[in-house]
Amino acid sequence: MSRPHDMGGRYGDGPVVPEPESDIFHEEWHKRALAVTLAAGAHGAWNIDVSRHARERLAPTDYARFSYYEKWMAGLADLLVAKALVSVEELAGSDPVPSPKAGTTLKVENVPAVLAKGGPADRPSDIAPKFYAGDAVKTRRLAANILVDGGHTRLPAYAAGATGRILRYHGTHILPDSSAHGLGEAPEPLYAVAFPASELWAHPENPADEVVLDLWQSYLAPA
Amino acid sequence: MPHDHSDHPHSLLPPDPALRVKALETILSRKGLIDPAALDAIIDTYENKIGPRNGAHVVARAWLDADFKAALLKDATPVVAELGYYGRQGEHMVAVENTDAVHNLVVCTLCSCYPWPLLGIPPTWYKSDAYRARVVREPRAVLSDFGVTLPENTAVRVWDSTAEVRYLVIPQRPAGSEGLDESGLMALITRDSMIGTGLAVSP
Repeated sequence: MSRPHDMGGRYGDGPVVPEPESDIFHEEWHKRALAVTLAAGAHGAWNIDVSRHARERLAPTDYARFSYYEKWMAGLADLLVAKALVSVEELAGSDPVPSPKAGTTLKVENVPAVLAKGGPADRPSDIAPKFYAGDAVKTRRLAANILVDGGHTRLPAYAAGATGRILRYHGTHILPDSSAHGLGEAPEPLYAVAFPASELWAHPENPADEVVLDLWQSYLAPA
Repeated sequence: MPHDHSDHPHSLLPPDPALRVKALETILSRKGLIDPAALDAIIDTYENKIGPRNGAHVVARAWLDADFKAALLKDATPVVAELGYYGRQGEHMVAVENTDAVHNLVVCTLCSCYPWPLLGIPPTWYKSDAYRARVVREPRAVLSDFGVTLPENTAVRVWDSTAEVRYLVIPQRPAGSEGLDESGLMALITRDSMIGTGLAVSP
């Protein structure tokens, strides 16, 4: 039931390699990959949860061998076809046909405003907060989307079935488990929840260490 | 078609990543779905206009002005927006302060969430499997990859960015920086110190 992106806590990866602050892009094509992805997203054919899920749905072998921006490219290509912005034939090399959706193309003069505007994820909700700072809570036993089999969720496997305490209330936010699948924004309370390292790992480095995750109310039960 | 590509149309693109991007850009451009000049403007924004000096400005202000710091820790989003730092991937900001008791560290284990308006595009290591996999389980070992050793009695708090909330670490102000002004302090504040994999530089 897991997907390859859910790697928190995994063993076997090598050292983390620092790099200077001046390194922003390592290849010219990385820049283009970032820009093409943002510009294509400006049509509004998908939201951020859909685009994350497109990358997570890559075959595990592709996810592991693709570099970061290759994952973006693959997710984008799959989404363009899924949302009928580009045809399979066009991807395979046939002559591109002008799109009826060219009217929503991001124009150069609108780039600063679009990037500056962002896309807030908080929404009004009828669902009242059930928890308050300091409350003990337990996460779902399975890090799975309960609406869609194999669907998108933001509960990592390493924090499933774990007991923590509410640290901070963030307001009511779009539920990715719903939003990634065209099932509506379904906003609900979102909290920062702190877990002792000893609750998550068999051999924590230090008993005082903690991991904090942002988790939606429906992921949580009173503990 | 030689075989069924229906699940993963991306496999129809050329194998070389640079050619793959070029192919997508050409298809989208010829369909009228992207404006090549807009791509250049997006790249210019993240290459030249938005980067970690924004975050350093916020941290230096917090070091100099206790009221500013209190407001930042209470509700960071409007405080940094006031300085002009708002936008994509920075819509919901939370600032967390390092002290002798707690050292904060930020990651996104599920993808690469990062506070773009304050720190720019994330560095390669932040997006790497090694960082995403390891830092929640062994933050002190990862810190040693960065040459950072914390005292045993400093607790590590790792923030896994699983929602649209983005975290900025306020590093501890180094000893000997008392007389410095805002720009002098900014020079001590590295990108890594605002993610938590580094400390502010001693003057």
